[in-house]
Amino acid sequence: MSRLTIWVILGVTLTFLIGPFLIVIFAGMSAGEALAFPPQGLSLKWYAKVFTVESFRASFALSLFLAIFGTLAALAIGIPAAYALNRYDLPGAEMIRTIVAAPIIVPGIIVGLALLRYFVVPLDVTITMALFVTHAALVLPYAVRVVSSSLNNLRSDMEEAAVILGCTRFQAFTKVVLPNIRGGILAAFILGFVTSFNEVPASLFLSGPGVRTLPIDMLSYMEITFDPSVAALSALLAFMSVAIVFIAERLLGFSRYV
Amino acid sequence: MSDTFVSLTDLTLSYGQTVAVPNLNLDIVEGELIALLGPSGCGKTTTMRAIAGLLTPASGRIMIDGTDVTRTPANKRGIGLVFQSYALFPHLSAFENVAFGLRLQKLSDAQVRAKTEAGMATVGLTGFETRKPAEMSGGQQQRLALARSLVMQPKVLLLDEPLSNLDARLRLEMRNELQRVQKDTGITMVFVTHDQSEALALADRIVLMKDGKIEQLGKPADLYAKPATAFAAEFMGFENIFRVDGTDLVSDTGRLSMGFAAQANMLAWRPSGVSVGAGPHKGRVLASSFAGGHREYVLESPIGQIKADAPIETPEVTLGQEVAFDLPRETARHLVA
Repeated sequence: MSRLTIWVILGVTLTFLIGPFLIVIFAGMSAGEALAFPPQGLSLKWYAKVFTVESFRASFALSLFLAIFGTLAALAIGIPAAYALNRYDLPGAEMIRTIVAAPIIVPGIIVGLALLRYFVVPLDVTITMALFVTHAALVLPYAVRVVSSSLNNLRSDMEEAAVILGCTRFQAFTKVVLPNIRGGILAAFILGFVTSFNEVPASLFLSGPGVRTLPIDMLSYMEITFDPSVAALSALLAFMSVAIVFIAERLLGFSRYV
Repeated sequence: MSDTFVSLTDLTLSYGQTVAVPNLNLDIVEGELIALLGPSGCGKTTTMRAIAGLLTPASGRIMIDGTDVTRTPANKRGIGLVFQSYALFPHLSAFENVAFGLRLQKLSDAQVRAKTEAGMATVGLTGFETRKPAEMSGGQQQRLALARSLVMQPKVLLLDEPLSNLDARLRLEMRNELQRVQKDTGITMVFVTHDQSEALALADRIVLMKDGKIEQLGKPADLYAKPATAFAAEFMGFENIFRVDGTDLVSDTGRLSMGFAAQANMLAWRPSGVSVGAGPHKGRVLASSFAGGHREYVLESPIGQIKADAPIETPEVTLGQEVAFDLPRETARHLVA
């Protein structure tokens, strides 16, 4: 392939990836009253307005809560699960791996519907609780996968060495395994956090009156008000995600794990 | 034996349904350096893991220093194990690697420091305290792993293929190091190897294993000179092994008259025991290579290939040429198949 062709392909790819992002940033900087591109005049007023919308503040807090604690819950289950799958010759391990990966493959809308119909309604759980469980479940596959891949790089004879030196199996795990998969756990946390924070389809089914995650809140805001504040908020969230991944990459070489 | 220190009695070891070691009996004397020698899959590593407590025997008994430890978990056995991969902890410094086991005991910081420093000095790693294992050479990692085991003052030190990951020069150095440490500490050592030269050079006694059973047990010199079976002979460098029929050697391809009767059903010669240039038999030279003090020939004979070493002083025979050779009665080893 000629150099020119390569540059054209690269340019098109980058336009597709970054283009929408740029449009959203500039649409939010509009001085006009309606969401439009190109923006009518330039102003930062919509960026400022985002912070004054009461429902945005509440839904941001909920999304942050779900992203942090949902991911922590997923890790609390995912780390031991990954360890067991990795270290023990379990019967049906392959099937367990497939089941664990299911939420990645099954469309979120089906997961949401199933949970609503067979979990939330019959058990009468609160909306927050339903969202928490759902987000933890959706993040779990990532937790298991990323932690598994760093466990794969850790030789199991290191644990045996620790046991011979006097550790119990549990001590060997906490003193030798955990410190060596720290990077993988952090990577899983960040990936889980971003996945949970951006999740729409399942949350759409489970959100209720007054309790909405931020993306759902943005959707319903747009149904009523069509001003550029949603674009401004989108741009801010995109910046947040980029910043998190950037810092993670700098600190621990995030891309090695994902 | 009264001074038996480690005793394996009727030990059967298995992985699930597969029996790796059936009914093994072995007594190890205090302070000896013993080698478990054999090809891969012979059960040597399995036996070592059972002594360490990493594998629970299906049946049988393991006694160490007069105590039955068959059911004692690995972390309470007081045994050291140097892994083939070293299994150093990558997140800890060299110092903390050595101190790891000591910190699990109820010792003061000062005691831990003193013992760790002494341990690192024993293996010549003073000054490397702050290095991470990844920043050390293979030989240094090996010695670090050794120090980490030694500071625990184990009753028995097990070593899994201790020299296999080192290059030739380091191998020699580490071999001397192990012998010195063993002499200084008087610790009972059991090491596993597939390399007979390593076992011969290092061990006080060699346990030659095959298919989970002890094929032969003895001092290196005895095993080298008097292998009892064809398997042992092959392992000890008798590269020419043939079946005997009356006064003939026989193989699938033919027979060769020896002119003397064997005391067993097999005869074996080392390449150095075959004479080239004179003798009743004829062979064609298939390969010839210079090896310093001697020349190594591969001869084609009626009973198959014969490996022969000829002193460098004897005239060279070129490839493809016929040469007389002899399988002398004096250098023959009589074997039972």
